[in-house]
Amino acid sequence: MNDKKNRTRSLLVSLLGVCVLGVVLLLVDSFGGMDSYIRGIFMQCCFAVIMATSLNLVMGYLGQIALGHAGFMAVGAYTSALVTKAIGLGIKAGTIAPISNVSQFFIGMLCGALVAALFGLLVGIPALRLRGDYLAIITLGFGEIIRVVIQNLPFAGGKGLANGQAGQALIGIMKMNNIYIIFAVTVVSVAIMLAFVRSKFGRAIIAIREDDIAASSAGLNVTYYKVLTFTVSAFFAGIAGAIYAHRGLGTLQYSDFTFLKSTDYVIMVVLGGMGSMTGSVITAVLLSVLPEMLRAFAQYRMLLYSVILVIMMIFRPIGLFGNYEFSLYHLLLKWFRKKPIEAEQSAAKGGA
Amino acid sequence: MSVVDGLTLFIQQVINGLRVGSVYALIALGYTMVYGIIRLINFAHGDFIMVGAYSLFFTVPLMISAGMPAWLSVIIAVAVCATTGVLVEKLAYKPVRAKGTKMSALITAIAMSLFLENLAQTLFGANPKQVGTIFSLPMLLGFSGNTLLTILIGVVVMVGLSLYVKYTKGGQAMRAVSEDKNASMLMGINVNRIITRTFAIGSGLAAIASLMYIVQYNQVTNMMGTMLGLKAFVAAVLGGIGNIPGAMVGGLVIGIVESLSKAYISPLTGGIITSAFSDAILFGILIIVLLVKPTGIMGEKTGEKV
Repeated sequence: MNDKKNRTRSLLVSLLGVCVLGVVLLLVDSFGGMDSYIRGIFMQCCFAVIMATSLNLVMGYLGQIALGHAGFMAVGAYTSALVTKAIGLGIKAGTIAPISNVSQFFIGMLCGALVAALFGLLVGIPALRLRGDYLAIITLGFGEIIRVVIQNLPFAGGKGLANGQAGQALIGIMKMNNIYIIFAVTVVSVAIMLAFVRSKFGRAIIAIREDDIAASSAGLNVTYYKVLTFTVSAFFAGIAGAIYAHRGLGTLQYSDFTFLKSTDYVIMVVLGGMGSMTGSVITAVLLSVLPEMLRAFAQYRMLLYSVILVIMMIFRPIGLFGNYEFSLYHLLLKWFRKKPIEAEQSAAKGGA
Repeated sequence: MSVVDGLTLFIQQVINGLRVGSVYALIALGYTMVYGIIRLINFAHGDFIMVGAYSLFFTVPLMISAGMPAWLSVIIAVAVCATTGVLVEKLAYKPVRAKGTKMSALITAIAMSLFLENLAQTLFGANPKQVGTIFSLPMLLGFSGNTLLTILIGVVVMVGLSLYVKYTKGGQAMRAVSEDKNASMLMGINVNRIITRTFAIGSGLAAIASLMYIVQYNQVTNMMGTMLGLKAFVAAVLGGIGNIPGAMVGGLVIGIVESLSKAYISPLTGGIITSAFSDAILFGILIIVLLVKPTGIMGEKTGEKV
């Protein structure tokens, strides 16, 4: 009983924490700290966070390396961009009732995420029969196929839909400048993924990671859970793709989604700790912000990452955070050294 | 187009395929030998080609100005590549292998690949560099002499490697280690030395592959190894990863498939699938092979241990 109460309170505290972050965002914004440059970096943090956490589902919790995550992002990005473009054209032509940019974005994002999830399912069903190295290769192969196909689809280039040309960038995509919506989407996505790994499904997946033969002899449908995780992961990669497509530049290029892009997110997950959502979030934000702050060292950036990665693999293969999860509630409990139930009141005060 | 013309074109495409295929085969050999010995997909292997190509870029003019034949610089390239391969193994792979999991080994390999690519970019810039002419042979029987020479080099190297692996003490030790590491240790084989040697040979082959590539394309960039490596890797998987003759066959098959698909896919499908999809077709082959027979054409099936 007490445990359940604690969980509710923990949830409340986390919500409060998110609200505080939202208020900080609002304050920064209202004092003019959000020019288009900062906004761009903020957007970048948001989709990087979603990409890293969703990849972490497969790498950290399922324990399999996937090297084609950018492929799902590409599917989400292109689908959402084409949908919002279609809606925009429809509104212009008067065939669709005018709706706000935000609703357009949401419709596009959902379509993108669903199509990406469908691709995740289609890729996952055959791919997840394999494990380890072979799975890494097959996901790489699928990722590259997705990119090459997008590169050569006539409607994925130029102005999109009817009058496009293969091999060009998709241009004239709606710009989504509402950072609060993006922030909310990010928070909700991460929260859902966190809930997912802590649910019955998550426990099943972790059991499979630890020993899939034992898990299967305990009655778990290993293939089902693997494909499910892969699909969920692809779904959120699609959401990240939608944010990427509408990040305010208005263009999408197939070359944005190469194998190297996938490795970027692999780096984030591995550095943060496979199996730690906290780690993925923090490294995703750091690795998105740091390059902007260290522009002068831009050319040494990847050099540095790769060296850090190797050193990390030698001395701390579990990543910065291992499988540690940050919990505001527990932190506050520790600070105030109270019993769980009482602590909540002071925590609420502390948070406010 | 008459039948004769069609046939000539077809043969032309097959020869081109063999040329590309022998480059793939040499690279695939590096992947497969390393995988056979330490069960690691060496993602950095594609970048060894780039290392070899840059060393050719710097040594070819030196050779020419010294009045020696330009192709001699491949010896330096082989040495540079072999050193790089051994260094990567000693500095990164070996310490990780000592305590890490398979996953951390794979991530280290990806990291080393990024490291080499970015080191090259920092040192030499991102712009493509032109390498001087190494060979210029006349046309032979209607085929470019360079193409035929490339195929010849590939065949000679592959036959040499096969003989080495099959008949020499070192080659036998290599096969023994890939069969059973512990047992070969008990037989008095210095496993670490064999691993080092495997890396040296594999990387050396990559240097020869870079010579063959440059003879055709004359260009070096820091990212040239990525796609080349991936395709050669497909070849290694197709032939059965860990299997040396498999890598050779796989490389040649992939080369021919690529060349033929570029030439014929568009007319065959009525222009729906164009030659721009040839990379997708290669990866499609990879996926089909992995699903139908993950051990490849020549790989042996191994049972799963609980």
